[in-house]
Amino acid sequence: MSHRPVIELHDVWVSYGPIPALEAIDLVVQSDDFLGVIGPNGGGKSTLLKVILGLVSPDRGRVLVLGEPPERSRSAVGYVSQRPFFNSDFPASVWDVTLMGRCGVKGMLRSYDAHDRTLAEEALRTVGMLRTADKQIGQLSGGEQQRVFIARALAAKPAILLLDEPLASIDPTMQTEFYEMLQKLRREVAIIMVSHDVGAVSVHVDTIACLNRQLYHHGAAELTQEVLEATYQCPVQLITHGPVPHRVLKEH
Amino acid sequence: MLEALQYDFMRNALAAGLLAALACGVVGVYVVVKRIVFISGGIAHTSFGGIGLGYFLGINPIIGALFFSVGSGLAIGGITRRTRLPEDTTIGILWAMGMALGVVLIALTPGYAPDLMSYLFGNILTVPSSDLMLMLVLDLVILGTVVAFYKEYLVLSFDEEYARAVGIPVERLYLLLLALIALTVVVLIRVVGMILVIALLTFPAAMARQFTHRMRTMMLLSVTFGAVFTMGGLWLSYLLRLPSGATIVLLAGVALTLTLALKRLRSSG
Repeated sequence: MSHRPVIELHDVWVSYGPIPALEAIDLVVQSDDFLGVIGPNGGGKSTLLKVILGLVSPDRGRVLVLGEPPERSRSAVGYVSQRPFFNSDFPASVWDVTLMGRCGVKGMLRSYDAHDRTLAEEALRTVGMLRTADKQIGQLSGGEQQRVFIARALAAKPAILLLDEPLASIDPTMQTEFYEMLQKLRREVAIIMVSHDVGAVSVHVDTIACLNRQLYHHGAAELTQEVLEATYQCPVQLITHGPVPHRVLKEH
Repeated sequence: MLEALQYDFMRNALAAGLLAALACGVVGVYVVVKRIVFISGGIAHTSFGGIGLGYFLGINPIIGALFFSVGSGLAIGGITRRTRLPEDTTIGILWAMGMALGVVLIALTPGYAPDLMSYLFGNILTVPSSDLMLMLVLDLVILGTVVAFYKEYLVLSFDEEYARAVGIPVERLYLLLLALIALTVVVLIRVVGMILVIALLTFPAAMARQFTHRMRTMMLLSVTFGAVFTMGGLWLSYLLRLPSGATIVLLAGVALTLTLALKRLRSSG
């Protein structure tokens, strides 16, 4: 996979009325990146994703996605929202939901063809949900639904995959399996994953961004106490995962 | 029933029932899955203002209803998406204002308002051929639109946030959907009346949902149920000499209740 910038944010400022959400963000994501974005609730993590999707336009600054304004490159960005709002009795099968991923790429007034179905099938196989294709989406568990929503995003063959708190609806025992799936996916697509689970994220991603209105750190996924405290603006208990689990506790 | 078919009004009634089933079967699926039954009720009731206007101006009240229902659909959609007024408040305002305006306009119209009751409660036996033509045209518009935007509407009714994120013009398509509901209301007014329209917009689709979890199948089933209800209701009303609109609605309501009860029994036992 090539190494080229897919997302470029230069001095991006966003506010909701008088409330600032993002301040002076400079961020470049490469095509082979697996970036974890951490930070406190209300720190602008979801806003950052919305800026990349072109759903929120910044007050100031420049955003380029694949070298174009974000509204123009939506079909190349796969998005999996934190908690999709849908009625659990909605009449759609797993297959229908996956095909929805082709909708934006396909354009209006055209129906899905064999190519769309092939890509949907591939996507379902990638996330390991092909056997559930005929089931109604509401009958799946939260974690299984999450996989289907990732398949829906992948069906569009995106260059970038945005995951907003993907672990929120996943059983802790399934999380390892979920990360293994992401490790496979990252060979094909740049991944940006937003999460508040600092420990788990820092083990699995290779670059990390700490966001609390401003970008406090962007680089290798090794976090220091200082960076975390600056991001969360309070003393933080750093727990590192590794071959020998140990926690670092500082006096505060 | 068969000997009844030699009468023009009976053939017209059958055609009206089938045209109504087509519109309410397809659009009702969106009303039910998108949970906008109350919006549809608002659109239907506001159209009474148009019926009043029709009487007042001396034109076909159905044409007045057409403009009022489309207008109220777009108004509900536009106001709730662009202002902070809660959706149900908006619906309540338009619903009551439309009805009140209709009552005032009819009072201002000199003389007696003929077949006012048939607009309120429907009379499938008195649908004139000219209204059948209008129903046919509206059906074609509704079906054409749904076929053209079927995949967008599936995404949009499933998850609006995602639809927006992949660049589907959510706002415009939603307003178009409300306009389709308004057209369906107009198709249904002659059959069950504006007060009972909400029944045909929800019962067939809600019943269809009990048998499938695919939207396309749900639409086919819903149209079929709609046809069975209008035909069956028409036959029952002819047999028992009852008002046709209300008979159709009661038949559909009983069928839906039985389906839900049987499903519950089966899943618990």
